[in-house]
Amino acid sequence: MATKAVRPKKRKIAVRGPGKTPIKLIVNGETHELLVEPRRTLLDALRKDLGLTGTKRACDEGTCGACTVLLDGKPIYACMALALECEGRSIETVEGLARNGKLHPIQAAFIEEDALQCGFCTPGQIMSVKALLDENPNPTLEDVKRAVSGNLCRCGAYPKIFKAALRAAELLRSGS
Amino acid sequence: MPKVIKTRTEFEGHVFEEYVVVEGEGLSAWDAQTPLRYIGRQIPRTDGPERVTGKAVYTFDVQLPGMLYGKILRSPHPHARIKSINTQRAERLPGVRAVLSFKNAPKLSFRQGQTFLFDEIVRYVGDEVACVIADEEEIAEDALELIEVEYERLPFVLDPEEALRPEAPNVQPSGNLLNGKPDIYERGDLDRGFSQADLIVERTFRTQCALHNCLETHGSVALWEGDALTVWDSTQHIFGVRAGLAQLLGLPLHKVRVIKRYMGGGFGSKNGLGKYTVIAALGAKATGRPVKIMLDRHEENLAAGNRPSTIQHLKVGARRDGTLTALELKAIVNAGAFCTWPPSVGGPARQLYLCPNVKTEQYTVFTNTGPLSAFRAPGYVEGTFALESLMDELAHELKIDPLELRLKNYAEIDQTTGRPYSTKGLREAYERGAKLFGWKALTSNPSPVAHLRERGGAVGERATKLRGVGMASQIWSGNGMPPAYAIVKINPDGTATVVTGTQDIGTGTKTVLAQIAAEELGFPIEKISVEIGDTQLGLYAPLSAGSMTVASVGPAVRLAAHEARQQLLDVAAQVLEVPRESLAICDGLLSSPALKEAVAIKDVLEKLENFMIIGRGAREPNPEDVAVNTFGAQFAEVTVDTETGEVKVERIVAVHDSGRVINPLTLSSQIEGGIIQGLGYALFEQRVVDRNTGVVVNDNLENYKLPTALDIPEIVFEMVDRPDHRANNLGAKGVGEPPIIPTAAAIANAVANALGIRIYELPLTREKILKALKRV
Ligand code: FES
Ligand code: FES
Repeated sequence: MATKAVRPKKRKIAVRGPGKTPIKLIVNGETHELLVEPRRTLLDALRKDLGLTGTKRACDEGTCGACTVLLDGKPIYACMALALECEGRSIETVEGLARNGKLHPIQAAFIEEDALQCGFCTPGQIMSVKALLDENPNPTLEDVKRAVSGNLCRCGAYPKIFKAALRAAELLRSGS
Repeated sequence: MPKVIKTRTEFEGHVFEEYVVVEGEGLSAWDAQTPLRYIGRQIPRTDGPERVTGKAVYTFDVQLPGMLYGKILRSPHPHARIKSINTQRAERLPGVRAVLSFKNAPKLSFRQGQTFLFDEIVRYVGDEVACVIADEEEIAEDALELIEVEYERLPFVLDPEEALRPEAPNVQPSGNLLNGKPDIYERGDLDRGFSQADLIVERTFRTQCALHNCLETHGSVALWEGDALTVWDSTQHIFGVRAGLAQLLGLPLHKVRVIKRYMGGGFGSKNGLGKYTVIAALGAKATGRPVKIMLDRHEENLAAGNRPSTIQHLKVGARRDGTLTALELKAIVNAGAFCTWPPSVGGPARQLYLCPNVKTEQYTVFTNTGPLSAFRAPGYVEGTFALESLMDELAHELKIDPLELRLKNYAEIDQTTGRPYSTKGLREAYERGAKLFGWKALTSNPSPVAHLRERGGAVGERATKLRGVGMASQIWSGNGMPPAYAIVKINPDGTATVVTGTQDIGTGTKTVLAQIAAEELGFPIEKISVEIGDTQLGLYAPLSAGSMTVASVGPAVRLAAHEARQQLLDVAAQVLEVPRESLAICDGLLSSPALKEAVAIKDVLEKLENFMIIGRGAREPNPEDVAVNTFGAQFAEVTVDTETGEVKVERIVAVHDSGRVINPLTLSSQIEGGIIQGLGYALFEQRVVDRNTGVVVNDNLENYKLPTALDIPEIVFEMVDRPDHRANNLGAKGVGEPPIIPTAAAIANAVANALGIRIYELPLTREKILKALKRV
């Protein structure tokens, strides 16, 4: 029972379209110029226009969390944001976590604890955990549960997702 | 020379005989003395890095140059004839490349003739009517709204009991009962059995329709290159999809390739060829461009299968001491509009307990609702809920401890065949589970409910929380079966590649196969890669269902690795000029007392230029004289809030026996996952169909309630972990389905224990709890 719908705050945006319009997206620190229809969601822009298919779509209506990315550091459902709304803001996706071929501690912890089965919800879970740990390096089990309560996992990897998040917090605190 | 023999196999409660070709020598399962480096070890998933970085390419992620998107128009009516369909306006929309419907698509028979790819009769809300192929998904969606369809509405029936009445409208031309008759099993003499009983308990149980909701929806990408078709499909059976496509499209097998690299869950719903796959192939043919069709969440919940609802009339007779004398089940299953593989709801009644007189009768009924499909232990989850609930009632009536009653009726042999079980660790599972759970202490008080009642406040105040405990047991196949083939190639650099045509549906198959090969070869696991999920690899493996992947494919991989190792030893002995028997392989190094120091395999093979070792393996037949099954027991503790009706599962203790454990880490994920799905099924999952329109009102994740992070109880589990030497050369059996089987039953028993009242219908919603407590 998803409880925590994370939707971006509505901002005033200039009227664009109809038809494709140019926008600039800053994804994982890189700026991309693309041409999208105003109705294109951030999720589809990432996946289809930028080829960043790590972020998944399982509902397209803000009910599953598979599409979770960070917008200015806060977790959002990328299917619930228009690409236009995210122009000029910092977008972080699962592809941006590993650096120089080295996994981020959250990713390493997910593997070690086996916090995934089919792996389809995993990028979203990882981004929700990332948002939590960025804000709270020392979370309790309850904090973790709440942080991922908007991310469904049909395979039922939850117990191990909790463990992985706590282990990742430990790894990050110890600076590894 | 290859030998053709007949073997008996069991798949999801259905037993059948088939021919298999066996070649080569068998291997026996490792004994307790063999030191094992990889088998039984916690090895993290070898494909973990791809999955956590977003690099793993699921079918949903496949994007080909020039790729178009298909969107399917679905019937808004539960039963109708399409009088006319006008696609002109849709076709004229810029960006639309093709519109397919029964008017221009070939009339292809589907589901054994129960429907056509595009049928002129639609039989449920969500049935396929037409498909738009367009440059973008959004355009295809726009175009769907421009298709004009005139329907002649037909009378419909949604309820399976109503559908059985003579005056009910026919969903299928041949009538509403699958095969025109019930599926009946009988042993002993039922009347005599009931006449010998001191007590007869009879109840009617109902279970709901549950939706799989795999996070990756069903879908395919189709690409034609000349007259050859390649399809990426989110499927549990690449070879089945290949065979189905070839047959429907009139293609030879070598012109069809099916690929499934990663998939976002299946749970049984992706066992066969879907209409969307064929439509994608036709659309790609018509447009000359690759076509992708992924169902959206709503379509997924209408048209991609479900665990069907059941009505089960169950009657049990027992002597005063608890000995069962007779068991009778009459089950009605709501198949939906089509069904070719009915679940076996009577399986648990036939197999779980020792009982000489048993009859099960199953009516699988067509209705104008979305069609069923296999769903993790189909039939057994439903059947176990009823049987294990009734066993608890019987125990209550007879004033016997529920666990004791089960032990009293313990079956040492498979009563459907008369064969002894190869191994059966259920007694141990009961004992270990009871101990872990503290069953005795929690149930010792003569009135467990009062004993466990938690006071809501000061003494004398009305309690608002009731606590209860319950348990249930599980039987399932999980034996695996031939045919399954593998090869193991040893490359000149001392690495090895396992090749087989199975698929990893999220269970960790790749990792487990790498462990098996590494163990048998004596190579470090990092030197093993596993190639699966592509029919072009050429090595058949069965569908990944029925908890049978490891037990079917694993033994073939071990045999292939064994043969590769033999070849390696032959070659190495000659190159190194040492006696073959003196050579050993460990950690990728060749050693022999005749050698000064160990030699890397690479150093031997590289002397032979590009020589390559290829070992072949085929799954052996199943044993003829024993029954190979999996078992388990689960214990649940719940609290029920008497004010809100909310059930909270506090704790689940599970002990299962699936033979040898190959990877405790990935196995534990499957156990937890099964229990969590079972919890959702017990408490809140339920498809709701509007009685007046046949519309599914909760075909989304907002209103169809899946378990979330906040619903997860404490889960404690252990495996009996004893190799089954008769099962196959690994001693391992399946574990994918067993853990979901007893969970709902155990929770329901715990809730009945808490309330002192039993609810005979799943899910145990707040409304039902409050009703039972007479609070609404
Ligand atoms: S795809 Fe965005 S919440 Fe489900
Ligand atoms: S791992 Fe499959 S949905 Fe979470």
